[in-house]
Amino acid sequence: MVDIVQQRWAPPVAGEAARAPERRSGLARALRRRSAIAFLMCLPLITIIACLVVYPAFYAVFLSMLNKSQTRFIGLGNFSFLLSRDVFWMVLWQSAVFALSAVFFKALIGLITAHLVNNLPSKGQRKWRGMLLVPWVIPLALSTLGWWWMFDPTHSAFNWILKGFGFEEIAWLSDPYWARFSVILVNVWYGAPFFLIMYLAALKSVPEQLYEAAAIDGANAWQRFVHITLPTIRNIIAITVLFSLIVTFANFDIVQIMTAGGPRNMTHVFATYAFLLGIRSGDIPLGASVSLFMLPILAFSAVFILRGVRKRGREIG
Amino acid sequence: MRQSTITRRTVLKNAALGSAAVLSAPYVRGAYAAGKLSLGCWDHWVPGANTALTKLCNEWGEKNKVEVHIDYITSQGEKDKLTAAAEAQAGTGHDIMSHRDWNIQVHQRVLEPLDDVLAQLIKQYGPISPVAEYLAKIKGTWRGVPTAVGSQVKPCCSRFDLYKEHAGIDLRDMFPADEAKYDKAKTDQWTWDLYLSSAEKLFKAGYPVGLPMGQASDAVDWVGALFNAYGVVMVDEKDNIRINSNETRQALEYLKKLMAVNPPEVYAWDDAGNNRWLISGKGAGIMNPPSAWAVAKRDNPKVAENCWTHPMPRGPKGRFVGQLPQFYGVWSFSPNKPAAKDLLLHLSQKESMRQLVAASFGYDLPSFKSMYDFDTWKTVEPPLGTVYSYPPRGDEQTSMAGAPSRSDVGAQIYNQAINTVMVAKFTQGGEKLDDVIKWAEKELEGTLRA
Repeated sequence: MVDIVQQRWAPPVAGEAARAPERRSGLARALRRRSAIAFLMCLPLITIIACLVVYPAFYAVFLSMLNKSQTRFIGLGNFSFLLSRDVFWMVLWQSAVFALSAVFFKALIGLITAHLVNNLPSKGQRKWRGMLLVPWVIPLALSTLGWWWMFDPTHSAFNWILKGFGFEEIAWLSDPYWARFSVILVNVWYGAPFFLIMYLAALKSVPEQLYEAAAIDGANAWQRFVHITLPTIRNIIAITVLFSLIVTFANFDIVQIMTAGGPRNMTHVFATYAFLLGIRSGDIPLGASVSLFMLPILAFSAVFILRGVRKRGREIG
Repeated sequence: MRQSTITRRTVLKNAALGSAAVLSAPYVRGAYAAGKLSLGCWDHWVPGANTALTKLCNEWGEKNKVEVHIDYITSQGEKDKLTAAAEAQAGTGHDIMSHRDWNIQVHQRVLEPLDDVLAQLIKQYGPISPVAEYLAKIKGTWRGVPTAVGSQVKPCCSRFDLYKEHAGIDLRDMFPADEAKYDKAKTDQWTWDLYLSSAEKLFKAGYPVGLPMGQASDAVDWVGALFNAYGVVMVDEKDNIRINSNETRQALEYLKKLMAVNPPEVYAWDDAGNNRWLISGKGAGIMNPPSAWAVAKRDNPKVAENCWTHPMPRGPKGRFVGQLPQFYGVWSFSPNKPAAKDLLLHLSQKESMRQLVAASFGYDLPSFKSMYDFDTWKTVEPPLGTVYSYPPRGDEQTSMAGAPSRSDVGAQIYNQAINTVMVAKFTQGGEKLDDVIKWAEKELEGTLRA
């Protein structure tokens, strides 16, 4: 009887034993694949992004579709309400002016400075690179406070200097147009080093032979810049501009610390206005809607810029 | 089959016994009273004021065998409001939370009713400030307990030496440090018209008054008080927009003259701008709690020695001062509500309030008028009696910008600073009066959104 049972059970046991190493080897093979290892190594980051970016983003979309007391689903009601408000249109306009002008000047200053640093003798270059990165390294809230003290409405250090030289004082933060200028200036000061370092890295990768060939052909500095440097680093410029545009559009600290959106709401950007409506006034759904207005603008910019990058990549390929 | 022994009669009997036990037992001896209690409290700017609150909480904790833990959260960058918003959204956090200005209204859905606590306090101490009631009693239910900690009014804080020298007004004689000595004939002279004429004289003398006109609370509060004094109503209780009125026109025309004799930078001032103005010695007066005086006492004692806090000017509809109370709320998700309520009752007792007011050198202001007799306001110096008139005295009434509209509407009006933006558009931006009123009407219409 025992033998019969053993006989009955024997084949499956043998088959199981045969499949186990097969499965193990399959798993081992999968683990040996580079993509699997890459995925596993990225998993902590993916988890963090899912928890801290993807979930809040979807939650913000959900919130933006609720009424003020978060008790009723109102679809796109908050968005249509915002579009009917004068202040919101002003914020939209200001955000665009703030982001576009700041990114333009950051890119320009970054490019010029990168060229200057790149042409320095390699011995002293490191010191300059380090010094020029300082604005980007200091915590933004701290450096903005420093700027605020210099622009202080009553005891401005800049005005003290201007007065010393016999000039009129400037209402840096109390005049809405000067206040806009001031917040853009601080953003440019803070963000230009990022462009500098990106462009410097890109400039270092331009083959020296191209410049030598152009020099033999009699090209001057401007021609070398336009026909060699610019086309070679164009993709880096595009990606840096895109990244900076996203960060600048979403900027909060500088405006909140320096003007808190005033005077007369004339320096509010999306993030500060969303904070005002959502946190200070207690209308979280409306605040979420304001912040989500950035999404289509930035998505459009991203698609447009990345399409250009891909196209140029294909041309080079 | 065995019949159930639970009958209607036994259920009623047990329910009655249970209710009697709950009502008669002190909160902390209830079934859920044991364990811990955590508080998220506003971080006081006066050194030592937090210690007084901690001491009161610990005394209560030791007596009732409850472990009390306090986190002091700064209001810099609205961190306290951010914390409250995060806890309300997450449904977890501290048991008791500090709420400034409109935050009780904002979080009303997740705040425990505190009618029993307030009923007892009103029974003990009499009527409560109408502003506190407006902000914390939502649809007939108290959702927050007013506390002295951080609560303030914003009366005039003036340099009496400069007023006497350049405007010929003796403020100490007009508002002596004893309410019984207030002379109605003299106090009635202190009107917004007199304020303007004296401000013009002080401006000419090189010591302008400094009245903020940005979008921070100091600006919103004093403009709110002036609007009330002129009878300006932005939105009434029944959601009618009433900004387009003769009263509004009169107030704005007055403000055009007053802002012309203020320093131009007032449009960019935050809540510390006016304090710095007074402390620097350049300014003749501001509208603020005694914090400016207290800092001047440390940084510029000669200025502090000449400061006098006194009631606001009177307008056609009365004398109003902006009030900004703070509250403690108990989250509805708190696991230890009975203990939380008992602690709040303890902190609201007159003796506790006396200690809190003393620790803040008179900055903290209880919401019960019956507590305005604390010695702190009489004894603080220099000069002696300088902050006696900080609590509303005489005919001064407290006011809140945004009232009397529904509190959720008022919160929008206040936080979006619709009143000061209006004034700045007219006085700084040079926009036409009718255009400004039209703009305000549209903004107010937006605040009525459900």
